[in-house]
Amino acid sequence: MTWGLLLQAVVSGLLLGGVYGLVASGLSLIFGVLRIINFAHGAVMMIGMYATYWLFTLARVDPYLSILVTAPCFFVLGVAIQKIVIEPNRAAAEHNQLLLTLGLALFLENLALVLWQGDFRTVKVAYSSASFVVGDALVEVPRLVASGGAGLVAAGLFAFLRLTDVGKALRALAEEPEGAALVGINVPRIRAAAFGMGSACVAVAGALITPFFYVAPDVGESFNIMAFVVVVLGGMGNFVGALAGGFIVGLAESLGAAFLPGSFKQLVVFVIFVLVLLFRPQGLFGGSRVR
Amino acid sequence: MAALIALPPLLPKYHLEVLISVVFWAYLGIAWNLLGGYAGQFSFGHAAFFGIGAYTSTLLLLQAGLTPWVGMFVGGGLAATFGLFEGYLSFRYGLKGPYFSLVTLAFAEMLRVVSLNTKAVGSSLGLVVPSATAAPAMFMFSGKLPFYYVILAMGALALGLTWRIGRARLGFSLAAVRENEDAAEAAGVDALAAKLRAMALSSFLTALGGTFYAQYFAYIDPTITFGPSVSIGALLPAIVGGAGTVLGPVLGSFVLTPLSELTRYALRGRAGADIMLYGAVLVLVISFLPQGLVGFVRARRGGAR
Repeated sequence: MTWGLLLQAVVSGLLLGGVYGLVASGLSLIFGVLRIINFAHGAVMMIGMYATYWLFTLARVDPYLSILVTAPCFFVLGVAIQKIVIEPNRAAAEHNQLLLTLGLALFLENLALVLWQGDFRTVKVAYSSASFVVGDALVEVPRLVASGGAGLVAAGLFAFLRLTDVGKALRALAEEPEGAALVGINVPRIRAAAFGMGSACVAVAGALITPFFYVAPDVGESFNIMAFVVVVLGGMGNFVGALAGGFIVGLAESLGAAFLPGSFKQLVVFVIFVLVLLFRPQGLFGGSRVR
Repeated sequence: MAALIALPPLLPKYHLEVLISVVFWAYLGIAWNLLGGYAGQFSFGHAAFFGIGAYTSTLLLLQAGLTPWVGMFVGGGLAATFGLFEGYLSFRYGLKGPYFSLVTLAFAEMLRVVSLNTKAVGSSLGLVVPSATAAPAMFMFSGKLPFYYVILAMGALALGLTWRIGRARLGFSLAAVRENEDAAEAAGVDALAAKLRAMALSSFLTALGGTFYAQYFAYIDPTITFGPSVSIGALLPAIVGGAGTVLGPVLGSFVLTPLSELTRYALRGRAGADIMLYGAVLVLVISFLPQGLVGFVRARRGGAR
Protein backbone atom coordinates (compact mmCIF):
# COMPACT_ATOMS: atom_id res chain seq x y z
CA MET A 1 0.00 0.00 0.00
CA THR A 2 1.45 3.31 -1.01
CA TRP A 3 0.57 6.77 0.18
CA GLY A 4 -0.14 7.82 -3.38
CA LEU A 5 -2.75 5.13 -3.79
CA LEU A 6 -4.35 5.97 -0.47
CA LEU A 7 -4.37 9.69 -1.21
CA GLN A 8 -5.89 9.08 -4.63
CA ALA A 9 -8.60 6.89 -3.11
CA VAL A 10 -9.40 9.52 -0.50
CA VAL A 11 -9.61 12.25 -3.13
CA SER A 12 -11.86 10.21 -5.43
CA GLY A 13 -14.00 9.18 -2.50
CA LEU A 14 -14.53 12.73 -1.34
CA LEU A 15 -15.35 13.90 -4.86
CA LEU A 16 -17.88 11.10 -5.35
CA GLY A 17 -19.22 11.61 -1.85
CA GLY A 18 -20.49 15.09 -2.59
CA VAL A 19 -22.67 13.75 -5.41
CA TYR A 20 -23.95 10.89 -3.23
CA GLY A 21 -24.71 13.48 -0.60
CA LEU A 22 -26.87 15.54 -2.95
CA VAL A 23 -28.74 12.48 -4.27
CA ALA A 24 -29.31 11.35 -0.71
CA SER A 25 -30.36 14.83 0.46
CA GLY A 26 -33.23 14.71 -2.01
CA LEU A 27 -34.21 11.25 -0.86
CA SER A 28 -33.93 12.32 2.76
CA LEU A 29 -36.12 15.35 2.21
CA ILE A 30 -38.81 13.18 0.63
CA PHE A 31 -38.56 10.65 3.42
CA GLY A 32 -38.58 13.26 6.16
CA VAL A 33 -41.72 14.96 4.93
CA LEU A 34 -43.63 12.11 3.28
CA ARG A 35 -42.39 9.12 5.28
CA ILE A 36 -41.92 7.25 2.01
CA ILE A 37 -38.79 5.45 0.95
CA ASN A 38 -38.78 6.55 -2.64
CA PHE A 39 -37.63 3.67 -4.84
CA ALA A 40 -38.11 5.85 -7.91
CA HIS A 41 -35.45 8.35 -6.83
CA GLY A 42 -32.72 6.75 -8.95
CA ALA A 43 -35.07 6.50 -11.92
CA VAL A 44 -35.80 10.23 -11.67
CA MET A 45 -32.05 10.84 -11.63
CA MET A 46 -31.66 8.70 -14.74
CA ILE A 47 -34.36 10.69 -16.56
CA GLY A 48 -32.54 13.83 -15.46
CA MET A 49 -29.33 12.52 -16.97
CA TYR A 50 -31.10 11.78 -20.25
CA ALA A 51 -32.55 15.28 -20.24
CA THR A 52 -29.03 16.66 -19.87
CA TYR A 53 -27.73 14.31 -22.55
CA TRP A 54 -30.42 15.27 -25.08
CA LEU A 55 -30.13 18.98 -24.37
CA PHE A 56 -26.42 18.67 -25.06
CA THR A 57 -26.68 16.37 -28.09
CA LEU A 58 -29.56 18.10 -29.84
CA ALA A 59 -29.17 21.71 -28.77
CA ARG A 60 -25.52 21.87 -27.66
CA VAL A 61 -26.51 23.10 -24.22
CA ASP A 62 -23.66 22.79 -21.76
CA PRO A 63 -24.50 20.19 -19.06
CA TYR A 64 -23.96 22.67 -16.25
CA LEU A 65 -26.04 25.31 -17.98
CA SER A 66 -28.81 22.79 -18.62
CA ILE A 67 -29.45 22.70 -14.87
CA LEU A 68 -31.26 26.02 -15.27
CA VAL A 69 -33.78 24.17 -17.42
CA THR A 70 -33.83 20.73 -15.83
CA ALA A 71 -34.09 21.77 -12.18
CA PRO A 72 -37.43 23.60 -12.58
CA CYS A 73 -38.73 20.93 -14.97
CA PHE A 74 -37.93 18.17 -12.50
CA PHE A 75 -39.46 20.13 -9.66
CA VAL A 76 -42.68 20.14 -11.68
CA LEU A 77 -42.26 16.44 -12.51
CA GLY A 78 -41.82 15.64 -8.82
CA VAL A 79 -44.88 17.67 -7.88
CA ALA A 80 -46.87 15.86 -10.57
CA ILE A 81 -45.75 12.43 -9.35
CA GLN A 82 -46.72 13.31 -5.82
CA LYS A 83 -50.09 14.82 -6.75
CA ILE A 84 -51.14 12.20 -9.28
CA VAL A 85 -49.60 8.97 -8.05
CA ILE A 86 -48.74 9.19 -4.38
CA GLU A 87 -51.09 11.68 -2.70
CA PRO A 88 -54.29 9.80 -3.67
CA ASN A 89 -52.87 6.74 -1.90
CA ARG A 90 -51.91 8.59 1.26
CA ALA A 91 -54.20 6.40 3.36
CA ALA A 92 -52.83 3.13 1.98
CA ALA A 93 -50.60 0.89 4.05
CA GLU A 94 -46.93 1.83 4.29
CA HIS A 95 -45.78 -1.10 2.16
CA ASN A 96 -48.25 -0.21 -0.56
CA GLN A 97 -46.66 3.23 -0.87
CA LEU A 98 -43.28 1.56 -1.12
CA LEU A 99 -44.61 -0.65 -3.91
CA LEU A 100 -46.05 2.39 -5.62
CA THR A 101 -42.62 3.98 -5.93
CA LEU A 102 -41.18 0.61 -6.98
CA GLY A 103 -43.76 0.41 -9.76
CA LEU A 104 -42.90 3.94 -10.78
CA ALA A 105 -39.20 3.07 -10.88
CA LEU A 106 -39.84 0.01 -13.05
CA PHE A 107 -42.00 2.09 -15.35
CA LEU A 108 -39.54 4.96 -15.78
CA GLU A 109 -36.48 2.77 -16.14
CA ASN A 110 -38.03 0.60 -18.81
CA LEU A 111 -39.64 3.54 -20.53
CA ALA A 112 -36.10 4.82 -21.03
CA LEU A 113 -35.06 1.39 -22.28
CA VAL A 114 -37.93 1.34 -24.78
CA LEU A 115 -37.31 4.89 -25.95
CA TRP A 116 -33.51 5.03 -26.02
CA GLN A 117 -32.33 1.38 -25.83
CA GLY A 118 -29.74 0.12 -23.43
CA ASP A 119 -26.55 1.49 -24.97
CA PHE A 120 -24.25 3.62 -22.88
CA ARG A 121 -24.23 7.23 -23.97
CA THR A 122 -21.70 9.85 -22.95
CA VAL A 123 -21.57 13.60 -23.04
CA LYS A 124 -18.18 14.68 -24.38
CA VAL A 125 -17.45 18.26 -23.45
CA ALA A 126 -14.13 20.11 -23.76
CA TYR A 127 -13.47 19.83 -20.03
CA SER A 128 -14.48 16.14 -19.77
CA SER A 129 -10.90 14.99 -19.29
CA ALA A 130 -9.39 18.13 -17.74
CA SER A 131 -7.41 17.40 -14.60
CA PHE A 132 -4.65 18.64 -12.34
CA VAL A 133 -2.35 17.08 -9.79
CA VAL A 134 -2.32 17.75 -6.05
CA GLY A 135 0.55 16.02 -4.30
CA ASP A 136 0.37 12.49 -5.70
CA ALA A 137 -3.34 12.56 -6.47
CA LEU A 138 -4.99 13.31 -9.77
CA VAL A 139 -8.03 15.57 -9.48
CA GLU A 140 -10.40 15.46 -12.44
CA VAL A 141 -12.00 18.84 -12.97
CA PRO A 142 -15.55 17.65 -13.81
CA ARG A 143 -15.60 15.51 -10.68
CA LEU A 144 -14.45 18.46 -8.62
CA VAL A 145 -17.14 20.65 -10.16
CA ALA A 146 -19.77 17.96 -9.53
CA SER A 147 -18.80 17.56 -5.90
CA GLY A 148 -18.51 21.30 -5.32
CA GLY A 149 -21.75 21.99 -7.18
CA ALA A 150 -23.54 19.31 -5.19
CA GLY A 151 -22.25 20.84 -1.99
CA LEU A 152 -23.45 24.28 -3.06
CA VAL A 153 -26.92 23.04 -3.97
CA ALA A 154 -27.18 21.15 -0.71
CA ALA A 155 -26.08 24.24 1.23
CA GLY A 156 -28.64 26.31 -0.66
CA LEU A 157 -31.34 23.81 0.18
CA PHE A 158 -30.27 23.85 3.80
CA ALA A 159 -30.53 27.63 3.90
CA PHE A 160 -33.90 27.41 2.17
CA LEU A 161 -35.20 25.05 4.84
CA ARG A 162 -34.00 27.36 7.58
CA LEU A 163 -34.85 30.76 6.23
CA THR A 164 -37.98 30.65 4.08
CA ASP A 165 -41.58 30.09 5.05
CA VAL A 166 -41.93 27.08 2.74
CA GLY A 167 -38.73 25.68 4.22
CA LYS A 168 -40.03 26.11 7.73
CA ALA A 169 -43.32 24.51 6.73
CA LEU A 170 -41.40 21.54 5.31
CA ARG A 171 -39.53 21.13 8.58
CA ALA A 172 -42.69 21.53 10.61
CA LEU A 173 -44.38 18.84 8.54
CA ALA A 174 -41.45 16.49 8.99
CA GLU A 175 -41.47 17.02 12.72
CA GLU A 176 -45.17 16.99 13.51
CA PRO A 177 -47.59 16.40 10.61
CA GLU A 178 -50.77 16.89 12.60
CA GLY A 179 -49.47 19.94 14.39
CA ALA A 180 -48.42 21.41 11.05
CA ALA A 181 -51.93 20.93 9.69
CA LEU A 182 -53.41 22.49 12.81
CA VAL A 183 -51.43 25.70 12.48
CA GLY A 184 -52.75 26.14 8.98
CA ILE A 185 -50.00 24.70 6.78
CA ASN A 186 -51.38 23.46 3.48
CA VAL A 187 -50.12 19.93 4.02
CA PRO A 188 -50.74 18.34 0.59
CA ARG A 189 -49.11 21.34 -1.03
CA ILE A 190 -46.01 21.14 1.14
CA ARG A 191 -45.79 17.40 0.53
CA ALA A 192 -45.84 18.10 -3.20
CA ALA A 193 -43.13 20.72 -2.71
CA ALA A 194 -41.00 18.15 -0.86
CA PHE A 195 -41.30 15.62 -3.66
CA GLY A 196 -40.64 18.34 -6.22
CA MET A 197 -37.53 19.60 -4.45
CA GLY A 198 -36.24 16.09 -3.86
CA SER A 199 -36.64 15.33 -7.56
CA ALA A 200 -35.00 18.60 -8.58
CA CYS A 201 -32.03 17.78 -6.30
CA VAL A 202 -31.50 14.39 -7.88
CA ALA A 203 -31.89 15.81 -11.39
CA VAL A 204 -29.20 18.39 -10.63
CA ALA A 205 -26.96 15.62 -9.29
CA GLY A 206 -27.58 13.74 -12.53
CA ALA A 207 -26.69 16.77 -14.65
CA LEU A 208 -23.52 17.37 -12.64
CA ILE A 209 -22.16 13.90 -13.28
CA THR A 210 -23.01 13.53 -16.99
CA PRO A 211 -19.69 15.14 -18.14
CA PHE A 212 -17.82 12.12 -16.71
CA PHE A 213 -20.45 9.42 -16.24
CA TYR A 214 -22.25 7.22 -18.78
CA VAL A 215 -25.98 7.58 -19.32
CA ALA A 216 -28.07 4.39 -19.54
CA PRO A 217 -31.54 3.29 -18.41
CA ASP A 218 -30.22 1.44 -15.36
CA VAL A 219 -27.70 4.09 -14.31
CA GLY A 220 -29.97 5.29 -11.51
CA GLU A 221 -30.19 1.87 -9.86
CA SER A 222 -26.77 1.91 -8.28
CA PHE A 223 -27.22 5.52 -7.17
CA ASN A 224 -30.57 4.61 -5.71
CA ILE A 225 -29.16 1.84 -3.58
CA MET A 226 -26.23 4.05 -2.64
CA ALA A 227 -28.65 6.80 -1.63
CA PHE A 228 -30.55 4.36 0.60
CA VAL A 229 -27.29 3.49 2.30
CA VAL A 230 -26.37 7.14 2.70
CA VAL A 231 -29.77 8.13 4.02
CA VAL A 232 -29.88 5.29 6.52
CA LEU A 233 -26.34 6.11 7.56
CA GLY A 234 -27.08 9.78 8.04
CA GLY A 235 -30.40 9.13 9.73
CA MET A 236 -33.67 8.98 7.80
CA GLY A 237 -34.83 12.51 7.17
CA ASN A 238 -31.69 14.05 8.61
CA PHE A 239 -30.51 16.44 5.98
CA VAL A 240 -27.02 17.28 7.20
CA GLY A 241 -26.56 13.62 8.07
CA ALA A 242 -27.28 12.75 4.44
CA LEU A 243 -24.44 14.98 3.27
CA ALA A 244 -22.04 13.56 5.83
CA GLY A 245 -23.22 10.05 4.98
CA GLY A 246 -22.51 10.77 1.33
CA PHE A 247 -18.86 11.45 2.08
CA ILE A 248 -18.57 8.37 4.30
CA VAL A 249 -20.03 6.11 1.64
CA GLY A 250 -17.99 7.74 -1.13
CA LEU A 251 -14.82 7.17 0.90
CA ALA A 252 -15.75 3.60 1.83
CA GLU A 253 -16.44 2.80 -1.80
CA SER A 254 -13.25 4.27 -3.23
CA LEU A 255 -11.06 2.79 -0.49
CA GLY A 256 -12.76 -0.55 -1.16
CA ALA A 257 -12.09 -0.14 -4.87
CA ALA A 258 -8.43 0.61 -4.22
CA PHE A 259 -7.74 -2.28 -1.89
CA LEU A 260 -10.24 -5.02 -2.81
CA PRO A 261 -10.29 -7.05 -6.02
CA GLY A 262 -13.00 -6.87 -8.67
CA SER A 263 -16.27 -5.21 -7.81
CA PHE A 264 -16.02 -6.26 -4.16
CA LYS A 265 -16.04 -2.56 -3.32
CA GLN A 266 -19.82 -2.65 -3.49
CA LEU A 267 -19.76 -5.24 -0.75
CA VAL A 268 -18.13 -2.77 1.63
CA VAL A 269 -21.02 -0.39 1.16
CA PHE A 270 -23.65 -3.09 1.70
CA VAL A 271 -21.93 -4.40 4.79
CA ILE A 272 -21.91 -0.88 6.26
CA PHE A 273 -25.56 -0.58 5.28
CA VAL A 274 -26.70 -3.76 6.99
CA LEU A 275 -24.64 -3.05 10.10
CA VAL A 276 -26.09 0.45 10.43
CA LEU A 277 -29.64 -0.78 9.78
CA LEU A 278 -29.27 -3.41 12.45
CA PHE A 279 -27.39 -1.56 15.13
CA ARG A 280 -28.25 2.09 14.54
CA PRO A 281 -31.39 2.25 12.42
CA GLN A 282 -31.82 5.85 13.53
CA GLY A 283 -28.54 6.58 11.72
CA LEU A 284 -25.16 7.71 12.94
CA PHE A 285 -26.38 11.21 13.60
CA GLY A 286 -29.94 10.50 14.67
CA GLY A 287 -32.76 11.07 12.27
CA SER A 288 -36.42 11.29 11.51
CA ARG A 289 -36.60 14.99 11.04
CA VAL A 290 -35.52 17.42 8.39
CA ARG A 291 -33.01 19.55 10.19
CA MET B 1 -57.12 -27.86 -12.25
CA ALA B 2 -58.17 -30.78 -14.44
CA ALA B 3 -57.60 -28.61 -17.50
CA LEU B 4 -54.13 -27.75 -16.23
CA ILE B 5 -53.28 -31.45 -16.09
CA ALA B 6 -55.03 -32.68 -19.22
CA LEU B 7 -54.60 -29.91 -21.79
CA PRO B 8 -50.87 -29.12 -21.97
CA PRO B 9 -49.85 -32.16 -24.10
CA LEU B 10 -52.12 -30.77 -26.81
CA LEU B 11 -50.65 -27.28 -26.71
CA PRO B 12 -48.19 -25.96 -29.29
CA LYS B 13 -44.65 -25.47 -27.99
CA TYR B 14 -44.87 -21.70 -27.55
CA HIS B 15 -48.07 -21.87 -25.54
CA LEU B 16 -46.62 -24.57 -23.36
CA GLU B 17 -43.62 -22.34 -22.65
CA VAL B 18 -45.91 -19.51 -21.63
CA LEU B 19 -47.87 -21.85 -19.39
CA ILE B 20 -44.68 -23.08 -17.72
CA SER B 21 -43.73 -19.47 -17.16
CA VAL B 22 -47.17 -18.73 -15.68
CA VAL B 23 -46.97 -21.63 -13.23
CA PHE B 24 -43.33 -20.87 -12.40
CA TRP B 25 -44.01 -17.24 -11.41
CA ALA B 26 -47.16 -18.33 -9.60
CA TYR B 27 -45.01 -20.76 -7.63
CA LEU B 28 -42.51 -18.05 -6.66
CA GLY B 29 -45.41 -15.77 -5.79
CA ILE B 30 -46.86 -18.47 -3.51
CA ALA B 31 -43.49 -18.81 -1.79
CA TRP B 32 -43.11 -15.02 -1.39
CA ASN B 33 -46.71 -14.76 -0.17
CA LEU B 34 -45.99 -16.89 2.90
CA LEU B 35 -43.68 -14.20 4.21
CA GLY B 36 -44.93 -11.09 2.45
CA GLY B 37 -48.65 -11.80 2.47
CA TYR B 38 -49.29 -13.98 5.50
CA ALA B 39 -46.64 -12.56 7.80
CA GLY B 40 -46.82 -9.08 6.28
CA GLN B 41 -43.02 -8.83 5.99
CA PHE B 42 -42.28 -7.35 2.59
CA SER B 43 -39.13 -8.90 1.24
CA PHE B 44 -37.52 -7.10 -1.68
CA GLY B 45 -34.73 -9.64 -1.81
CA HIS B 46 -36.16 -13.09 -2.44
CA ALA B 47 -33.59 -13.43 -5.20
CA ALA B 48 -31.12 -14.31 -2.40
CA PHE B 49 -32.95 -17.57 -1.70
CA PHE B 50 -33.67 -18.24 -5.36
CA GLY B 51 -29.99 -17.86 -6.20
CA ILE B 52 -28.84 -20.00 -3.27
CA GLY B 53 -31.13 -22.77 -4.52
CA ALA B 54 -30.03 -22.47 -8.13
CA TYR B 55 -26.33 -22.31 -7.32
CA THR B 56 -26.33 -25.05 -4.67
CA SER B 57 -28.02 -27.71 -6.76
CA THR B 58 -26.08 -26.76 -9.89
CA LEU B 59 -22.69 -26.77 -8.15
CA LEU B 60 -23.48 -30.09 -6.48
CA LEU B 61 -24.43 -31.48 -9.89
CA LEU B 62 -21.34 -30.15 -11.66
CA GLN B 63 -18.78 -30.82 -8.93
CA ALA B 64 -20.09 -33.95 -7.25
CA GLY B 65 -22.51 -35.40 -9.78
CA LEU B 66 -25.31 -35.19 -7.25
CA THR B 67 -28.77 -35.26 -8.80
CA PRO B 68 -30.61 -31.94 -8.49
CA TRP B 69 -33.56 -33.88 -7.09
CA VAL B 70 -31.47 -34.17 -3.93
CA GLY B 71 -29.45 -31.00 -4.49
CA MET B 72 -32.60 -28.90 -4.51
CA PHE B 73 -33.33 -29.88 -0.93
CA VAL B 74 -29.76 -29.14 0.11
CA GLY B 75 -30.22 -25.73 -1.52
CA GLY B 76 -33.59 -25.35 0.19
CA GLY B 77 -31.99 -26.11 3.54
CA LEU B 78 -29.20 -23.63 2.94
CA ALA B 79 -31.62 -20.95 1.81
CA ALA B 80 -33.83 -21.54 4.85
CA THR B 81 -30.75 -21.24 7.07
CA PHE B 82 -29.79 -18.01 5.34
CA GLY B 83 -33.38 -16.81 5.64
CA LEU B 84 -33.41 -17.59 9.35
CA PHE B 85 -30.14 -15.70 9.77
CA GLU B 86 -31.48 -12.72 7.84
CA GLY B 87 -34.82 -12.86 9.64
CA TYR B 88 -33.32 -13.33 13.08
CA LEU B 89 -31.02 -10.34 12.61
CA SER B 90 -33.79 -8.12 11.28
CA PHE B 91 -36.62 -9.13 13.58
CA ARG B 92 -34.39 -9.27 16.63
CA TYR B 93 -33.40 -5.66 16.07
CA GLY B 94 -36.97 -4.65 15.45
CA LEU B 95 -36.66 -3.82 11.77
CA LYS B 96 -40.10 -3.38 10.30
CA GLY B 97 -41.79 -2.27 7.13
CA PRO B 98 -39.51 -0.53 4.66
CA TYR B 99 -36.42 -1.15 6.79
CA PHE B 100 -36.93 -4.89 6.48
CA SER B 101 -37.44 -4.51 2.73
CA LEU B 102 -34.13 -2.64 2.47
CA VAL B 103 -32.23 -5.25 4.49
CA THR B 104 -33.51 -8.09 2.31
CA LEU B 105 -32.61 -6.11 -0.79
CA ALA B 106 -29.11 -5.49 0.60
CA PHE B 107 -28.56 -9.19 1.35
CA ALA B 108 -29.58 -10.21 -2.16
CA GLU B 109 -27.29 -7.58 -3.64
CA MET B 110 -24.42 -8.76 -1.46
CA LEU B 111 -24.82 -12.32 -2.71
CA ARG B 112 -24.94 -11.00 -6.26
CA VAL B 113 -21.69 -9.09 -5.80
CA VAL B 114 -20.01 -12.07 -4.11
CA SER B 115 -21.06 -14.53 -6.83
CA LEU B 116 -20.06 -12.02 -9.50
CA ASN B 117 -16.53 -11.96 -8.06
CA THR B 118 -16.06 -15.62 -7.17
CA LYS B 119 -14.34 -17.70 -9.85
CA ALA B 120 -15.32 -20.97 -8.17
CA VAL B 121 -18.99 -20.30 -8.96
CA GLY B 122 -18.31 -19.10 -12.49
CA SER B 123 -18.30 -15.36 -11.65
CA SER B 124 -20.01 -13.25 -14.31
CA LEU B 125 -19.85 -16.06 -16.88
CA GLY B 126 -22.33 -18.07 -14.88
CA LEU B 127 -22.77 -21.82 -14.94
CA VAL B 128 -24.01 -23.98 -17.78
CA VAL B 129 -26.14 -26.88 -16.63
CA PRO B 130 -25.73 -30.01 -18.78
CA SER B 131 -28.94 -30.63 -20.65
CA ALA B 132 -28.01 -32.48 -23.84
CA THR B 133 -29.19 -35.87 -22.68
CA ALA B 134 -32.54 -36.72 -21.18
CA ALA B 135 -32.03 -38.20 -17.73
CA PRO B 136 -35.14 -37.94 -15.56
CA ALA B 137 -33.19 -39.18 -12.54
CA MET B 138 -30.93 -36.16 -12.95
CA PHE B 139 -33.79 -33.65 -13.42
CA MET B 140 -33.05 -33.48 -17.15
CA PHE B 141 -35.80 -34.05 -19.66
CA SER B 142 -36.17 -33.94 -23.38
CA GLY B 143 -38.86 -31.47 -24.29
CA LYS B 144 -40.77 -29.05 -22.13
CA LEU B 145 -43.72 -31.16 -21.06
CA PRO B 146 -42.04 -32.99 -18.14
CA PHE B 147 -40.79 -29.66 -16.80
CA TYR B 148 -44.34 -28.41 -16.92
CA TYR B 149 -45.61 -31.25 -14.77
CA VAL B 150 -42.74 -30.79 -12.32
CA ILE B 151 -43.47 -27.11 -11.76
CA LEU B 152 -47.20 -27.82 -11.67
CA ALA B 153 -46.66 -30.38 -8.91
CA MET B 154 -44.40 -27.96 -7.03
CA GLY B 155 -47.02 -25.24 -7.35
CA ALA B 156 -49.81 -27.53 -6.19
CA LEU B 157 -47.81 -28.67 -3.17
CA ALA B 158 -46.87 -25.12 -2.22
CA LEU B 159 -50.49 -24.06 -2.64
CA GLY B 160 -51.63 -26.94 -0.42
CA LEU B 161 -49.05 -25.95 2.17
CA THR B 162 -50.25 -22.33 2.14
CA TRP B 163 -53.83 -23.48 2.50
CA ARG B 164 -52.96 -25.72 5.45
CA ILE B 165 -50.94 -23.00 7.16
CA GLY B 166 -53.78 -20.52 6.78
CA ARG B 167 -55.98 -22.88 8.76
CA ALA B 168 -53.38 -23.89 11.31
CA ARG B 169 -52.13 -22.19 14.44
CA LEU B 170 -49.22 -20.67 12.52
CA GLY B 171 -51.60 -18.99 10.08
CA PHE B 172 -53.56 -17.33 12.86
CA SER B 173 -50.38 -16.27 14.63
CA LEU B 174 -49.08 -14.74 11.40
CA ALA B 175 -52.33 -12.90 10.74
CA ALA B 176 -52.27 -11.52 14.28
CA VAL B 177 -48.66 -10.39 13.90
CA ARG B 178 -49.39 -8.82 10.53
CA GLU B 179 -52.39 -6.85 11.73
CA ASN B 180 -50.92 -5.68 15.02
CA GLU B 181 -47.71 -7.11 16.34
CA ASP B 182 -47.90 -5.56 19.81
CA ALA B 183 -51.43 -6.76 20.34
CA ALA B 184 -50.46 -10.23 19.12
CA GLU B 185 -47.58 -10.37 21.58
CA ALA B 186 -49.83 -9.19 24.37
CA ALA B 187 -52.22 -12.01 23.50
CA GLY B 188 -49.40 -14.52 23.89
CA VAL B 189 -48.33 -15.00 20.28
CA ASP B 190 -44.58 -15.51 19.89
CA ALA B 191 -44.19 -13.04 17.03
CA LEU B 192 -40.51 -13.71 16.45
CA ALA B 193 -41.03 -17.48 16.18
CA ALA B 194 -44.01 -17.05 13.86
CA LYS B 195 -42.16 -14.67 11.54
CA LEU B 196 -39.08 -16.89 11.49
CA ARG B 197 -41.17 -19.92 10.54
CA ALA B 198 -42.72 -17.98 7.68
CA MET B 199 -39.24 -16.85 6.64
CA ALA B 200 -37.83 -20.39 6.68
CA LEU B 201 -40.73 -21.88 4.70
CA SER B 202 -40.76 -19.04 2.21
CA SER B 203 -37.01 -19.14 1.57
CA PHE B 204 -37.00 -22.95 1.35
CA LEU B 205 -39.72 -22.97 -1.32
CA THR B 206 -38.09 -20.10 -3.21
CA ALA B 207 -34.81 -22.03 -3.38
CA LEU B 208 -36.56 -25.05 -4.92
CA GLY B 209 -37.81 -22.66 -7.59
CA GLY B 210 -34.19 -21.67 -8.19
CA THR B 211 -33.23 -25.28 -8.90
CA PHE B 212 -36.17 -25.64 -11.26
CA TYR B 213 -35.03 -22.54 -13.11
CA ALA B 214 -31.45 -23.84 -13.42
CA GLN B 215 -32.59 -27.20 -14.80
CA TYR B 216 -35.21 -25.75 -17.12
CA PHE B 217 -33.13 -22.98 -18.65
CA ALA B 218 -29.83 -24.91 -18.25
CA TYR B 219 -27.97 -21.71 -17.44
CA ILE B 220 -27.61 -19.43 -14.43
CA ASP B 221 -25.58 -16.31 -13.72
CA PRO B 222 -25.39 -13.86 -10.80
CA THR B 223 -27.55 -11.18 -12.39
CA ILE B 224 -30.31 -13.57 -13.41
CA THR B 225 -30.52 -15.44 -10.12
CA PHE B 226 -29.52 -12.87 -7.49
CA GLY B 227 -30.66 -9.76 -9.38
CA PRO B 228 -33.67 -7.61 -8.55
CA SER B 229 -35.84 -8.99 -11.35
CA VAL B 230 -36.40 -12.27 -9.50
CA SER B 231 -37.18 -10.42 -6.28
CA ILE B 232 -39.73 -8.28 -8.09
CA GLY B 233 -41.05 -11.21 -10.11
CA ALA B 234 -41.76 -13.07 -6.88
CA LEU B 235 -43.67 -10.27 -5.18
CA LEU B 236 -45.65 -9.00 -8.19
CA PRO B 237 -48.05 -11.93 -8.70
CA ALA B 238 -48.82 -12.00 -4.98
CA ILE B 239 -49.43 -8.26 -4.75
CA VAL B 240 -51.46 -8.03 -7.93
CA GLY B 241 -53.45 -11.17 -7.16
CA GLY B 242 -53.92 -10.40 -3.49
CA ALA B 243 -51.28 -10.72 -0.77
CA GLY B 244 -52.17 -12.99 2.10
CA THR B 245 -54.73 -14.99 0.15
CA VAL B 246 -54.26 -18.58 -0.97
CA LEU B 247 -55.11 -18.07 -4.62
CA GLY B 248 -53.79 -14.51 -4.97
CA PRO B 249 -50.36 -15.35 -6.45
CA VAL B 250 -51.88 -17.87 -8.86
CA LEU B 251 -54.45 -15.41 -10.11
CA GLY B 252 -51.79 -12.71 -10.28
CA SER B 253 -49.47 -14.81 -12.40
CA PHE B 254 -52.27 -15.95 -14.71
CA VAL B 255 -52.96 -12.29 -15.45
CA LEU B 256 -49.45 -10.83 -15.40
CA THR B 257 -47.36 -13.44 -17.18
CA PRO B 258 -49.47 -13.74 -20.36
CA LEU B 259 -49.78 -9.96 -20.35
CA SER B 260 -46.01 -9.61 -20.36
CA GLU B 261 -45.67 -12.30 -23.05
CA LEU B 262 -48.22 -10.50 -25.21
CA THR B 263 -46.43 -7.18 -24.77
CA ARG B 264 -43.12 -8.76 -25.60
CA TYR B 265 -44.68 -10.31 -28.70
CA ALA B 266 -46.49 -7.15 -29.78
CA LEU B 267 -43.44 -4.92 -29.25
CA ARG B 268 -40.69 -7.18 -30.55
CA GLY B 269 -37.28 -5.61 -30.47
CA ARG B 270 -38.37 -3.14 -27.82
CA ALA B 271 -36.60 -4.50 -24.77
CA GLY B 272 -38.13 -3.41 -21.51
CA ALA B 273 -41.71 -2.92 -22.75
CA ASP B 274 -42.99 -5.84 -20.67
CA ILE B 275 -41.34 -4.63 -17.45
CA MET B 276 -42.57 -1.12 -18.15
CA LEU B 277 -46.06 -2.56 -18.30
CA TYR B 278 -45.45 -4.38 -15.00
CA GLY B 279 -44.52 -1.08 -13.42
CA ALA B 280 -47.68 0.56 -14.69
CA VAL B 281 -49.82 -2.39 -13.59
CA LEU B 282 -48.26 -2.28 -10.14
CA VAL B 283 -49.05 1.42 -9.76
CA LEU B 284 -52.61 0.93 -11.06
CA VAL B 285 -53.31 -2.08 -8.87
CA ILE B 286 -52.06 -0.35 -5.72
CA SER B 287 -54.11 2.72 -6.61
CA PHE B 288 -57.35 1.07 -7.59
CA LEU B 289 -57.27 -2.48 -6.18
CA PRO B 290 -55.22 -2.20 -3.00
CA GLN B 291 -56.42 -5.64 -1.92
CA GLY B 292 -55.45 -7.20 -5.24
CA LEU B 293 -57.65 -9.11 -7.67
CA VAL B 294 -58.88 -11.54 -5.02
CA GLY B 295 -59.90 -8.64 -2.78
CA PHE B 296 -61.69 -7.05 -5.71
CA VAL B 297 -63.63 -10.22 -6.52
CA ARG B 298 -64.57 -10.63 -2.87
CA ALA B 299 -65.75 -7.05 -2.59
CA ARG B 300 -67.81 -7.50 -5.76
CA ARG B 301 -69.47 -10.57 -4.32
CA GLY B 302 -70.18 -8.54 -1.22
CA GLY B 303 -69.02 -11.43 0.91
CA ALA B 304 -67.15 -11.09 4.17
CA ARG B 305 -63.36 -11.44 4.06
